[in-house]
Amino acid sequence: MKFDIIVAGVGGQGVLSIGAIVSAAAMRSGLRAVQSEVHGMSQRGGAVVSHLRLADREIHSPTIAHGGADLIIGLEPLESLRYVDFLAAGGSLISATEPVLNIPDYPPIEEVLMSILRLPRGRVIEATKIAREAGAVKAANVVMVGAAVDFLPVDAAEVRCAIADAFRSKGERLLGANLAAFEAGQRAMQHRELVDEFETFVLTN
Amino acid sequence: MPDDVVGAEVRMLLGDEAVALAALHSGISAAYAYPGTPATEILEALAFHGDKPATWCANEKTAYEQALGMSMAGKRALVSMKHVGLNVAADPFMNSAVVHPIGGLVLAVADDPGMHSSQNEQDSRFYADFARVPCLEPADPQQAYDMTREAFEVSECFRIPVMLRLVTRIAHQRAGVRTSAPREENALAESDRADWVLLPGFARRNWRKRIEQRKEIAGWTESSGHNALTLNDSFRELGVITTGLVRSYFLEVSAALGLTPSHLHIGAYPIPALLVRQLADHVSEILVIEEGYPYVERMLRGLIPPFVSIRGKESGDIPADGELNQEIVWKAFGVEPPHGLAIPMHVAERPPRLCDGCPHIDAYNALTAVLGEYESPLVTSDIGCYTLGALPPIGVGQSCVCMGASIGMAKGAAEAGVRPVVAVIGDSTFLHSGITPLMDAVAGNTNMTLLILDNDVVAMTGTQPTLLPSSRIADIVRGIGVPPEHCHVFESHPRRTAELTELLRKEIAHGGLSAVIVHRPCIEAARQSRKARAS
Ligand code: SF4
Repeated sequence: MKFDIIVAGVGGQGVLSIGAIVSAAAMRSGLRAVQSEVHGMSQRGGAVVSHLRLADREIHSPTIAHGGADLIIGLEPLESLRYVDFLAAGGSLISATEPVLNIPDYPPIEEVLMSILRLPRGRVIEATKIAREAGAVKAANVVMVGAAVDFLPVDAAEVRCAIADAFRSKGERLLGANLAAFEAGQRAMQHRELVDEFETFVLTN
Repeated sequence: MPDDVVGAEVRMLLGDEAVALAALHSGISAAYAYPGTPATEILEALAFHGDKPATWCANEKTAYEQALGMSMAGKRALVSMKHVGLNVAADPFMNSAVVHPIGGLVLAVADDPGMHSSQNEQDSRFYADFARVPCLEPADPQQAYDMTREAFEVSECFRIPVMLRLVTRIAHQRAGVRTSAPREENALAESDRADWVLLPGFARRNWRKRIEQRKEIAGWTESSGHNALTLNDSFRELGVITTGLVRSYFLEVSAALGLTPSHLHIGAYPIPALLVRQLADHVSEILVIEEGYPYVERMLRGLIPPFVSIRGKESGDIPADGELNQEIVWKAFGVEPPHGLAIPMHVAERPPRLCDGCPHIDAYNALTAVLGEYESPLVTSDIGCYTLGALPPIGVGQSCVCMGASIGMAKGAAEAGVRPVVAVIGDSTFLHSGITPLMDAVAGNTNMTLLILDNDVVAMTGTQPTLLPSSRIADIVRGIGVPPEHCHVFESHPRRTAELTELLRKEIAHGGLSAVIVHRPCIEAARQSRKARAS
């Protein structure tokens, strides 16, 4: 078994924390994990991408080849699209809907979301809105982990434990809010009607 | 050391963190560094996990010299830097190969192929070769740990500095690492003057010893487990040499293609010549795949018979610039790699940029206003977040070459006749390499303006504290001899931009050397310390 994930976003959105949570959960489940991270200059509001590889055997390359990713988790819709050429034929893409508008030539957001939804297995989710409702507006990345969890080769319970481990030292309130964000993300992806309704709205407007 | 990191089974560690932990477990007594991507996290991890001094230094040269002093006193020391930092530390580095270290002295240097956060992609293995010191090049974070541990042993065994060469994808790769039992620190030792005083007489003797030692060191690399040769008797057309990180791409691609060529992996240098010749005896062509410059490829010609052909970066079979990846290795084997889905629409670039509300923006606004009044002003810039000012929408800064170059280049341009010339440099870059060129400008009473953007931190690499506060920076500038009436410290704020513009207008118009230190803390650093306080 191998499962290759690309996590994409903009500096400051918590791309690397997603990798940390998922790889911790994978290790808890007896899998191996290798994550290739981008630090430094690119983090100043620029595009950030992390390659996360999970497997039940030795992992060699720290990076995923084009056409090799089983899943893309995008914290920002344009950033999700940037790495579509890494997606395997049967791979899925889950993207947050909310754009980060820090460049002058950002294309119309409807066009971006539509391009995602027209991919064979493209899904979008209102991560920031869901995070706000869960009481942690900054936890959009954890919402995305929830939205992606049923695609991962790891039990949701293990991922939940990994999140709890990551936030335990940050105090009760943040811990609770992040767990709520995780669960809300998972529910939102499971309740396809809601997602479908939103997607239909985007596709028809 | 917290218990959870000692003897732990397997921990997810960055390559940089693995180096740090291994150095602690090797019994270092201190570590020295200047921040620089992708090496910064080595010292950060040491400061976080360790109970040994982990010190940010003024620059890589001073860091290296402190590590050297530690070694002279018998203690083990780690010094870490990015590849271009080694240019700054080249003087002590080259000469440290002529002395005889006592405590293990390990230089961890991180190259940045692909220039993710650097101005070039120089390959540090040439420096190791140049200084004639051993070099270890890990293939993954586990090896980063193991090789760091070994590097200290090798350093003490041969009484020589040892280089650990990392690349970005090792430094910033997080993977499971198994640690081994920690070792105690060394005791203090007394050094022999002849080993350390590089007067010609001693230096000649020491250097001759080094040259004679080459055989022993070659014996170590030839038998090192890090250099592994696998010969395939039923496949004589092609042999492959990989180094460091590239082994992972090779293993991935050869498995996908079902290829099992004879293979020599090199992780320990000097190049194991005997193993290379054994491979050459076995095949008619050698493909060299290495991250960085074609170092092994170029050395090969002198080691193997002329009828064995060599393919790699020099031959054009592999791109000579940028990072390697699996796709490049597929192509080197003559196979078209798989493609992913087509990207359905044009995706605009998203380059890094100054944070909203960044203090540099105020200074740049004021500077732009003044420079707009001149026909052909020149702004030489330097290395830091403020370099991003060269990009739209700000568009300030005509150069960024190396640490501190803004000041020397401004002097040169002013002497060429350009008016006005402004050198823009950050507080930490100024302390790193800006003081010496400023002395030149003072000596020449150069008609230029020095603009120090003081945000209290080394922002670009993760807001490490600057060595000295701004008040001290002003003391230095005045102390060197910039006239006090033309040296100003300005507490900046977006509301004070008009005042700053007026000050810059006056000092830029002044027909001699002037300096304006614009102080306002980095907002990212402020955000992080708020966060740290909250948790
Ligand atoms: S990190 Fe600090 S100095 Fe760098 S761009 Fe952001 S605010 Fe400006």
